[in-house]
Amino acid sequence: MALFQLSRRDALILAIFALVVITMPVWTAPFGANYPGLMQKFAIYAIFAIGFNILFGLTGYLSFGHAAFLGVGSYTAVWSFKLLTMDALPALLFAVLISGLFALAIGFLSLRRSGIYFSILTRAFAQMSYNLAYSVLTPITNGETSLQLTLQDPRLIDLALAPRGAGLPTASLFGMSLSGLSGFYFCAVVLLIAFFFAQKVFASPFGMMLRGIKSNQMRMSYTGFNTRPYALTAFVISGMYAGLAGALLAVTDPLAGAERMQWTASGEVVLMTILGGVGTLIGPVIGAWLIKYFENIFSSFNEGILGRFFDFVPAPLHDTVVAIASKFVGEGWQLTLGLLFVLVVVFLPGGIMEGVRRIGALFRRRGSPPKAGAMRVQPAE
Amino acid sequence: MTTSERNVVLHVDDVSKNFGGLHALSDIDLEVEEGQTHAIIGPNGAGKSTLLNVIIGRLAPSSGAVVFDGQVLTGRKPHQINQLGVARVFQTPEIFPELTVLQNVMVPAFAKRDGAFRVNILRNVAGEAALRDEAEAIIEDVGLSDRRLSHAGSLSRGDKRRMELAMCLIQHPRLLLLDEPTAGMSRHDTNTTIDLLKKIKARGMTKVIIEHDMHVVFSLADKISVLSGGRIIAEGLPDDVRGNIKVQEAYLGGAHRLEATH
Amino acid sequence: MDAILAQLLNGLDKGGAYALIALGLTLVFGTLGVVNFAHGALFMLGAFCAVSFRYLITLETVTVDPTQTTAWGTALEVRTPLAQTWFGDWGAVLIDWSVPLSILLAIPVMLLVGIVMERGLIKHFYKRPHAEQILVTFGLAIVLQEIVKAIFGPNPISQAMPSALRGAADVGALIGLAPGALTYPLWRLVYFLFSAGVIAAVFGFLRFTTFGMVVRAGMADRETVGLLGINIDRRFTIMFGLAAVVAGLAGVMYTPLLPPNYHQGMDFLVLSFVVVVVGGMGSLPGAVAAGFLLGILQSFASMNQIKSLLPGIDQIIIYLTAVVILLVRPRGLFGRRGMMEN
Repeated sequence: MALFQLSRRDALILAIFALVVITMPVWTAPFGANYPGLMQKFAIYAIFAIGFNILFGLTGYLSFGHAAFLGVGSYTAVWSFKLLTMDALPALLFAVLISGLFALAIGFLSLRRSGIYFSILTRAFAQMSYNLAYSVLTPITNGETSLQLTLQDPRLIDLALAPRGAGLPTASLFGMSLSGLSGFYFCAVVLLIAFFFAQKVFASPFGMMLRGIKSNQMRMSYTGFNTRPYALTAFVISGMYAGLAGALLAVTDPLAGAERMQWTASGEVVLMTILGGVGTLIGPVIGAWLIKYFENIFSSFNEGILGRFFDFVPAPLHDTVVAIASKFVGEGWQLTLGLLFVLVVVFLPGGIMEGVRRIGALFRRRGSPPKAGAMRVQPAE
Repeated sequence: MTTSERNVVLHVDDVSKNFGGLHALSDIDLEVEEGQTHAIIGPNGAGKSTLLNVIIGRLAPSSGAVVFDGQVLTGRKPHQINQLGVARVFQTPEIFPELTVLQNVMVPAFAKRDGAFRVNILRNVAGEAALRDEAEAIIEDVGLSDRRLSHAGSLSRGDKRRMELAMCLIQHPRLLLLDEPTAGMSRHDTNTTIDLLKKIKARGMTKVIIEHDMHVVFSLADKISVLSGGRIIAEGLPDDVRGNIKVQEAYLGGAHRLEATH
Repeated sequence: MDAILAQLLNGLDKGGAYALIALGLTLVFGTLGVVNFAHGALFMLGAFCAVSFRYLITLETVTVDPTQTTAWGTALEVRTPLAQTWFGDWGAVLIDWSVPLSILLAIPVMLLVGIVMERGLIKHFYKRPHAEQILVTFGLAIVLQEIVKAIFGPNPISQAMPSALRGAADVGALIGLAPGALTYPLWRLVYFLFSAGVIAAVFGFLRFTTFGMVVRAGMADRETVGLLGINIDRRFTIMFGLAAVVAGLAGVMYTPLLPPNYHQGMDFLVLSFVVVVVGGMGSLPGAVAAGFLLGILQSFASMNQIKSLLPGIDQIIIYLTAVVILLVRPRGLFGRRGMMEN
């Protein structure tokens, strides 16, 4: 069936990726990152970044408001838990659907403009969503206290099947509880599906048209393409990815707050994508993992840990070094993030994937001396 | 479908275009017959590119209309005009620099096959063997086979133009608009391009061509319209136009000489 | 009627801040062609210049006064601000007027910050795509605000306005209304007049000095001016510094109205971009007009009558205006066609 076809190269990449994701609890252990809460975030934010990359990386539209869809996904999922059932599948389904509709409306308006105007429009819509979620939409979002499960939730489907238990329930899949490691594996499987779908988009004629729009939108029009619905489709797809990620956040922790829609969250996914490599398949995943890892590790550092870490520094300097370093960790993690942002854009606009490619090219050149004239020929893919 | 016996495909009907107070085009009437190569010549600033932009829908005329094959083009969007069978080569190549030559030529093929918008996610580009073969054949025709996997942005200007021509040809347009297709090319490349355009002519494709190089014009054109000051001052077969006094004057005024460029 | 006038006035101070920030953004965009997402951070840095200035002049010396003893029988420690030790009674006045006086510190500091920023980072991005300019200045904005957070802490630090300017002006009486019918806090009035003054100064500078004329010519057509053998780049660097000063001054004087916090730059940045877009990208009068217009619009939207009619409108009015303007009139109120459309 055409739906499940991948080129041999893509199939191999998917297989390796699946292996990497499934064995995550093993290879994250040496880094001290093998606890479910963090690994769930790895999977969830990878989905967010993969989806964002379909818009920014393939189509060339820089959205500065994608966190709005993440928030919508979370709210929808929590409402699905509250009203219907704690089962994760309906929650994901509704979240993808609603965030898709939301993206359709915002994208329809925002895509009337391009360049920086598009960025500002998406930013404005996200800011409006955020402000409204905090103020007049409180009946839906529960404002500052965040939307949470309560003991009085109707949960129509669940309670029709079984009596209400004591305490707050957790999300489940066909009755299996999705907490801890099982929660991670659920997110991992969703990530693999999301990755597979992105591979299909990248390899498809549709993906090639999106690249054409990024490269030269005017040429696309004069070539007979109606570019706006293409860009809108990309926008909606990436909005659905964000909604899916938001729903998974709610699955692992049934709570949704407006701060998920804040500009910092929108900026973070931009950073993940460019750090890993804009327009590449794997790049955004690597970017998401690195940022979530460092966020987790750095923000948990304190002066005590730093003091031990810098033990090798001679005594007179020791305290100064620790004092300076402490500004970059813990509460100061954002500072490191900002610096990283600047450094990547300045020195490695192609992200880590670009760095890998450069290093690879270096080795290849060393292996066999370049032939005259071969310099200008670059591989197709 | 037009039913006149001369079989006019493109009809520019009394088109004027003003920019503020400037009359870029005044009362232009132009009829292009099926299968013919119609050259528009004239000194710089005569309004040639404006006319082409009006035909392709990039500029809206101040008055008048453009009719292609019985369909009014005026007011349509660029992609709609292309879907009716009109393709264009630009004065400065408009290509996809980040894509390979092969991909550049395949993209227009999809527009021809799948229409203006189709979300085709199920298939892989690599699985589109028929389109790929067709693209490779046309790349061969324009002489870029050895560069087909290069990034288009790395091509020389002349190669970019030939690739852009290939991008138009793969759509088998019924009308091809060429805006100075040999500008900036070496003599050798110019001759190759002339041969190529002659080959297309043999296939019966209608062409409107704007060109400075009289060598190119007289090698290809079936009919020539001379534009000066936004008006058509002469029109006819190449030999008639060559001897026309008014044309000589227009060119002398524009510091061009037919003899010199011939 | 009074209520409408009051809202009009209420919008002026915020509008003044928007106008000043948007003016700098437009100058930078018009001269250097750079979309500067770190411009809001300059506003924030200005506010913290005021905080630092106050901190400096209230540094205290501790002396022991043997003639007095505390309840525990030890000698009493007397803390005297340095300003008072040096200037006597004038010191207290200095401290009272610390916010407006901070301008003296803010001008050189902001000029330096601006020039260092331009020479150190921004200049490498003139030829890079707008998306990369946005990204790098966005990163810079995060860095700046986090540095400020690391130094000054996460909590707002309120700044007192001079005691003489604490009251309210009876604006109503001036225009013939009953006394007390329409009052307006003095400091807000000061802020409005101050921003109007700075705006006038910037326009005067651009119009009447040779430097300004070259810059304006460069904004219109950079290449031609470059051909005249005039070193445009150096002037543009100074323009960037000037824009930083304007944003900084806006920040200094705003401190009594909004206690400085590290994230206020980002809050104002988005708003200022909206202002620029509404005014029209690249238009200086547009930036000023839109700044005041949006300030006033926002103040109207926060009226209870309006809020009860359209709940939540006060939260989104500015963004909504931006969306409508962008969709209906993408050039903004005064903008040139095709600006930054890519």
